[in-house]
Amino acid sequence: METSFAITGKGYIIVAADTTAARSIVKMKTDEDKIKTLSPHLLMAYSGEPGDTIQFAEYIERNIRLYQIRNNYPLRPPAAASWIRRSLAESLRSRKPYAVNLLLGGYDTTTYTPHLYWVDYLGTMTEVPFGAHGYGSYFALSLLDRYHDPEASLEEGIVTLKRCIDEVAKRLVVTPGKYKVKVVDKDGIREIEL
Amino acid sequence: MSRRYDSRTTIFSPEGRLYQIEYAMEAISHAGTVLGVLAKDGVVLAAEKKVTGKLLDLSGAKEGGYGGSGEKIYLLNSNVIGGVAGLTADANSLINYARSAAQQHLLQYNEDIHVELLAQRLCDLKQGYTQYGGLRPFGVSILYAGYDSHYKFQLYHSDPSGNYSGWKATCIGANNGTAQSLLKQEYKDDIDVKTAISLVLKTMSKTMDSTTLGSEKLEFAVLTVDPETKQPKAKIYRPDEIDKLLESEGLAKKDDDAMKTS
Repeated sequence: METSFAITGKGYIIVAADTTAARSIVKMKTDEDKIKTLSPHLLMAYSGEPGDTIQFAEYIERNIRLYQIRNNYPLRPPAAASWIRRSLAESLRSRKPYAVNLLLGGYDTTTYTPHLYWVDYLGTMTEVPFGAHGYGSYFALSLLDRYHDPEASLEEGIVTLKRCIDEVAKRLVVTPGKYKVKVVDKDGIREIEL
Repeated sequence: MSRRYDSRTTIFSPEGRLYQIEYAMEAISHAGTVLGVLAKDGVVLAAEKKVTGKLLDLSGAKEGGYGGSGEKIYLLNSNVIGGVAGLTADANSLINYARSAAQQHLLQYNEDIHVELLAQRLCDLKQGYTQYGGLRPFGVSILYAGYDSHYKFQLYHSDPSGNYSGWKATCIGANNGTAQSLLKQEYKDDIDVKTAISLVLKTMSKTMDSTTLGSEKLEFAVLTVDPETKQPKAKIYRPDEIDKLLESEGLAKKDDDAMKTS
């Protein structure tokens, strides 16, 4: 089942999402990238109703890009998160709301701080030290309560992430096979292999 | 003949000019002077009040008012102070627009609007009146003194045509040429707010028509960053604070004592 995690550390954020695209009980694809790069220092992991997720993510991606083209600089993570949350909240109150859950990880280049936002399809938004969506979150959050360290180095952060992934693999009935992992820090965004 | 091209703002003259825009700019160069200086740790604005007199009720201005001290200097957002020169009624309408634009940005992005973006929003509105028919352009130039996370302290100027530009020090309104050449001579890069304040007051005292400076003719504002909260702090001076400041700068009225004794 769909699962995504994100954890903050010292000057970075790791965002991980499983790569399965499923329909009913069938796995259609196992290399789907569910983490979008919204700006040079902003990542968004999305999950939820299959058609909605892509539609909404692309809408957000292009509008964030438009802002950057118009104003010469990208939105800072807190501003981008507020705008995305508002988009979801407005959608919820429309005839056909998007059912999309998000994890937004960004590095603020003006204050040199990482920010992580947990957003759900009801337009709830909270800034968190770590967050997760999907069935995996039931196992990962308690682990992260115990092992998360906001001052951890990137290597330590990856170890913590692996712990979460292994625990989900061990306990969840329908485990996602593979994960895509991306990191955002002062140097920008890069993908890492576990 | 030229009246053929004056009556509509949207029509070019054969020489390729838009007369109504030029007249609007001309109107501004007769309005009260507004002067702004950018420093490394703040921005300073000063303005000359035109409507004065013994019988004018200034009791509202005494308290500093809601975001403004009277005629020319207004708080547009918590991080931007605006100084206006031109038709006061037009300016009021633009200030209202600026304040709503700033609040709309706050609602949408949960952050203070960037200074350049606010200037752009007003210029989009002003430009519209140079193109769409039957309407008169805004007879207002604005100085924006602001702070944001991207470019820190900034000073912008916008005119009735919808052009805007960033400045280290500039002046609009009556005698703006004199003031600008004075500023050009006196301005140094990396000046601090304290030096900028005296530069502004010195330039104001030299360019204003009246010989003496006093709170009844002057408006004054400074934008800095609060050292504790790191948030921009806009301070629009109250009349008694302006008099105190002028006194400390040695620019206060000379005949003050004479008036008291008489």
